[in-house]
Amino acid sequence: MAKITYHTHDNKTHTVDVQKGLTVMEGAIQNDIPGIDADCGGGMACATCHVYVKEEWLDKLPAKEDGEEDMLDMAFEPKSNSRLSCQITVSDELDGLEVNIPSKQG
Amino acid sequence: MNKTDVLIIGAGPTGLFCAHQLGIIGLSCEIVDNLDKAGGQCIELYPDKPIYDIPAVPECTGEELTNNLLKQIKPFNVKFHLNERVEQLKKNESRWHIKTSGGVEFDVAAIVIAGGVGSFEPRKFPVKECEKFEGSSLLYSIKDKSIFKDKTISIFGGGDSALDWAIELSNTSKVNLIHRRDGFSGAEASVQKVKELNDQGKLNLFIKYQLDSVSGGKNIESVKIKHDEGEIKEIKSDYVLGFFGLIMQLGPILDWGLNIDKKTVQVNTENFETNVNGIFAIGDICSYPGKLKLILSGFHEGALAARGCFKYAKPDEKLRFEFTTTSKAAQERLGIKK
Ligand SMILES: Cc1cc2nc3c(=O)[nH]c(=O)nc-3n(C[C@H](O)[C@H](O)[C@H](O)COP(=O)(O)OP(=O)(O)OC[C@H]3O[C@@H](n4cnc5c(N)ncnc54)[C@H](O)[C@@H]3O)c2cc1C
Ligand code: FES
Repeated sequence: MAKITYHTHDNKTHTVDVQKGLTVMEGAIQNDIPGIDADCGGGMACATCHVYVKEEWLDKLPAKEDGEEDMLDMAFEPKSNSRLSCQITVSDELDGLEVNIPSKQG
Repeated sequence: MNKTDVLIIGAGPTGLFCAHQLGIIGLSCEIVDNLDKAGGQCIELYPDKPIYDIPAVPECTGEELTNNLLKQIKPFNVKFHLNERVEQLKKNESRWHIKTSGGVEFDVAAIVIAGGVGSFEPRKFPVKECEKFEGSSLLYSIKDKSIFKDKTISIFGGGDSALDWAIELSNTSKVNLIHRRDGFSGAEASVQKVKELNDQGKLNLFIKYQLDSVSGGKNIESVKIKHDEGEIKEIKSDYVLGFFGLIMQLGPILDWGLNIDKKTVQVNTENFETNVNGIFAIGDICSYPGKLKLILSGFHEGALAARGCFKYAKPDEKLRFEFTTTSKAAQERLGIKK
């Protein structure tokens, strides 16, 4: 288990335990955290699981695979710390990770 | 007015197979989809990716699956209404009256919603003022390119649509191409071409910029774009084009009085009817305990929903259970000659 903190747009903070091996997207869906739609179910085909990663965690994350940056072009208000949460697999190293969920996904 | 037994909303794999099941039991149907082609997610999101879990088909791509489904329903001559979004459903005594965005109307006995995660719509700019100009000087698709002649156009995006239009319109218009990063998702040859045009001064490329604001009166006059580092540039523009792909929006389905739970429509598992009699929901858009968002589940749901439609379309007849292998009636409907 790793503790992941999701800051939602309504200024609420949700800290939940996410099982290792699941993605940050799945952690949000399973815990009913609002704002991550994940329309394509993790297929890297929708960009509706877009999150902003807290700066200090950026280089600890698994590198972007081919195609993630292309999908982020489609995301709502992408920034330099944008990631697709379905592409971040939770591991021990990510215990304490914090992400912000954008105001909208589309 | 199009009169038919059943209207299917959505031409994804589930809607297509449901048309087959309706055809087999002798009901007619027509299909509406907002996209310009049939296939839903399979064709829009992953035409070239292989699928490995269609029963008895060890491997096929999204496009192959779509083509095979279209082939399978060919005998029924199903009429498609593409580029149309279903907007309104109204009960008219025992039948339904339906209207689409383009004004096409239907009179049907039952409705099957196979709308997936919603209709595919262009993704829009996050900037609020954009709405004011949408459809006139701010566009997400191009219908008539002649309006751009000798105008200044700012195109946003890094995919094939943005690149292709930037290249094409640079012949007759002054084009600014603005993209949020230095990589592009479009074809490499187009990227090279855009860079060449930029070097020759035939197009202006702005990299690592995004739209900050738009201004103008009735029409757009200029846009401000913001660099990653914070610098803001103002550029004159008669038109703004945004190409950010498509997103699925539930849209009008929310207004039809159906029980909605987390962007899905609740159904029973006996025949996949919703809380409204005569409206069925199948595929990704329906939910029930144990729902799997898989194509194979959508096929099963479509088979049962088709049979559920029967009593509305032919209230005086009784539906018989038959196999396609042995049913004369089914084989006649399939146009099989012995
Ligand atoms: C990358 C990826 C990989 C996948 N891989 C697999 C796999 O290996 N195996 C598997 O079984 N599944 C897979 N899936 C899931 C599968 O594609 C979906 O379950 C399936 O497409 C659902 O079919 P559907 O017909 O219910 O809806 P969709 O395919 O979503 O089609 C719905 C259609 O309805 C239209 N529509 C909606 N509302 C309206 C309206 N109001 N008016 C007009 N048209 C409307 C939409 O435009 C759309 O074309 C994958 C999905 C993705 C994204
Ligand atoms: S869930 Fe669709 S891209 Fe992540």
